[in-house]
Amino acid sequence: MIRIENLRKTYRAADGREVEALADIDLEIGAGEVFGIIGRSGAGKSTLIRTLNLLERPSAGRVLIDGEDITQLDSEGLYALRRRVGMIFQHFNLLNAKTVADNIDWPLKATGHGNAAERAARVRELLDLVGLSEHGHKYPSQLSGGQKQRVGIARALANRPQILLCDEATSALDPETTQSILRLLLDINRQLGLTIVLITHEMQVIRTICDRVAVIDGGRIVESGRVADVFLHPQHPVTRSMVAQSDALAAASFDPAHAYMKDKLRGTLVRLTYIGDVTYQPILSRIMAGARVQVTILQGEVSSIKDVPFGQLLLELEGGEDDIRAVFAELDRHQIHHEVLQ
Amino acid sequence: MDLSVIDWSDIWIATWETLVMTGVSLFFTILLGLPLGILLFVTAKRQLLEQGLVYTVLSFVVNVLRSVPFLILLIVMIPVTVILIGTSLGVEGAIPPLVVGTAPFFARLVENVLREVDRGVIEACQAMGIRTSRIIFGALLPEALPGLIAAVTVTAITLMSYAAMSGVIGGGGLGDLAIRFGYQRFQTEVMVITVALLVVLVQIIQYSGDRLVLYFTRK
Repeated sequence: MIRIENLRKTYRAADGREVEALADIDLEIGAGEVFGIIGRSGAGKSTLIRTLNLLERPSAGRVLIDGEDITQLDSEGLYALRRRVGMIFQHFNLLNAKTVADNIDWPLKATGHGNAAERAARVRELLDLVGLSEHGHKYPSQLSGGQKQRVGIARALANRPQILLCDEATSALDPETTQSILRLLLDINRQLGLTIVLITHEMQVIRTICDRVAVIDGGRIVESGRVADVFLHPQHPVTRSMVAQSDALAAASFDPAHAYMKDKLRGTLVRLTYIGDVTYQPILSRIMAGARVQVTILQGEVSSIKDVPFGQLLLELEGGEDDIRAVFAELDRHQIHHEVLQ
Repeated sequence: MDLSVIDWSDIWIATWETLVMTGVSLFFTILLGLPLGILLFVTAKRQLLEQGLVYTVLSFVVNVLRSVPFLILLIVMIPVTVILIGTSLGVEGAIPPLVVGTAPFFARLVENVLREVDRGVIEACQAMGIRTSRIIFGALLPEALPGLIAAVTVTAITLMSYAAMSGVIGGGGLGDLAIRFGYQRFQTEVMVITVALLVVLVQIIQYSGDRLVLYFTRK
């Protein structure tokens, strides 16, 4: 659906130096996928998402959407492309002078889409979809942040795009509202088969709705893959620190050198991670029942990433070396990943 | 002060003339200044239709016209005015210099008002695949409406005081009355009344402008 090849973006800074905002970006995003790009502020994620509808023109490289290189489009082609790619923003960017209904109608009206009656019907349908049926006559200033973003989503969907770009769409919202907006995006992704590309600095957003994630740092993609893989086994230091910062995954930040733990650890420190059906099966109990190993759970989490259940446990195993090795073999057999920390 | 020396019918006629001069020249000022202001805004750096050369030229012309003192402009414009409407005197004779004097000023105000419109909103419209002309007239101007009304208000008041000044070269209205009677014939009463009337008119314009701005503000 979307392919980014060798993308590069350089700016000329005020002092005349050339600044590299993006370098060597290669990405492939499938149809119907929810793809997240995470990075700290200034990492280049905003520039990257804005190249997908050419709000930002890349200095080099290609951006292919449905096989077509959008950097080669003439202005008519660009207008047509942008109607197929919706976008929502951190600060919503609604027209303050128009009512909610007129905001949603605006892209339809301004691109000559249908007569007044057809457009009114479409606006009602979209208001229903985002749960704002009662608010069509209001002005944006009368709405809460979450409601404004719902209007933003309805407006972005008006022209029935195939792709929705979300530029920090939940960063200005409180956690509860963030969750409701993410649920809405996920519903839309499923109901309409829309491909969603989002950028965020919040781990929680990626965990809640993304299928795959790319981590960007210093204008380069440093790591990418399935969300569960990247978060359970982060490779790059930036990914690790972002995972560690997300509270729900605190287990990953467990520090055996911590003063309290230091003298109390006697056995082998092992981190287990597992994904999928195995999460809800009594495998650990079965393995341990037959093993001559004492186990202490030091830390752990069982939760889900999008719809995929996962668990991660930090265990201390005490027993003979052979016995522990036997446990490891059993773990492997059940596809529970283990990692000896100490 | 002896108000009995005042010929009130002269005063009312002059007030009406001032209103006509202000109104008609305001109309033409907006007609010329609004497109000029929009052009200044969209051709500026990093804007919708960035055109460095066009912007530089327009901006220079606007600056030149704005640096000429209005009294000088009144005199310089006399031959042009005669060509345009046949006379440089009276109400109609005052209108061309008024428009030339205030249109560049209004254009600058418009440019500044448009710059205040949230960039993100314009960008959102671009991201929807809406044509630039449509963005300007369907989104940019409606978003800027309260600011534009405020700019019109300021311009109307400037026009009114310029209109009074045109009395010096034989324009009509309250300024003309103040000069001929108040100044040249030492009728202080006429001077006081004309100034008082101008004060009242300015207050009315400002108040109405403020009310309109409030009415159209949706933020």
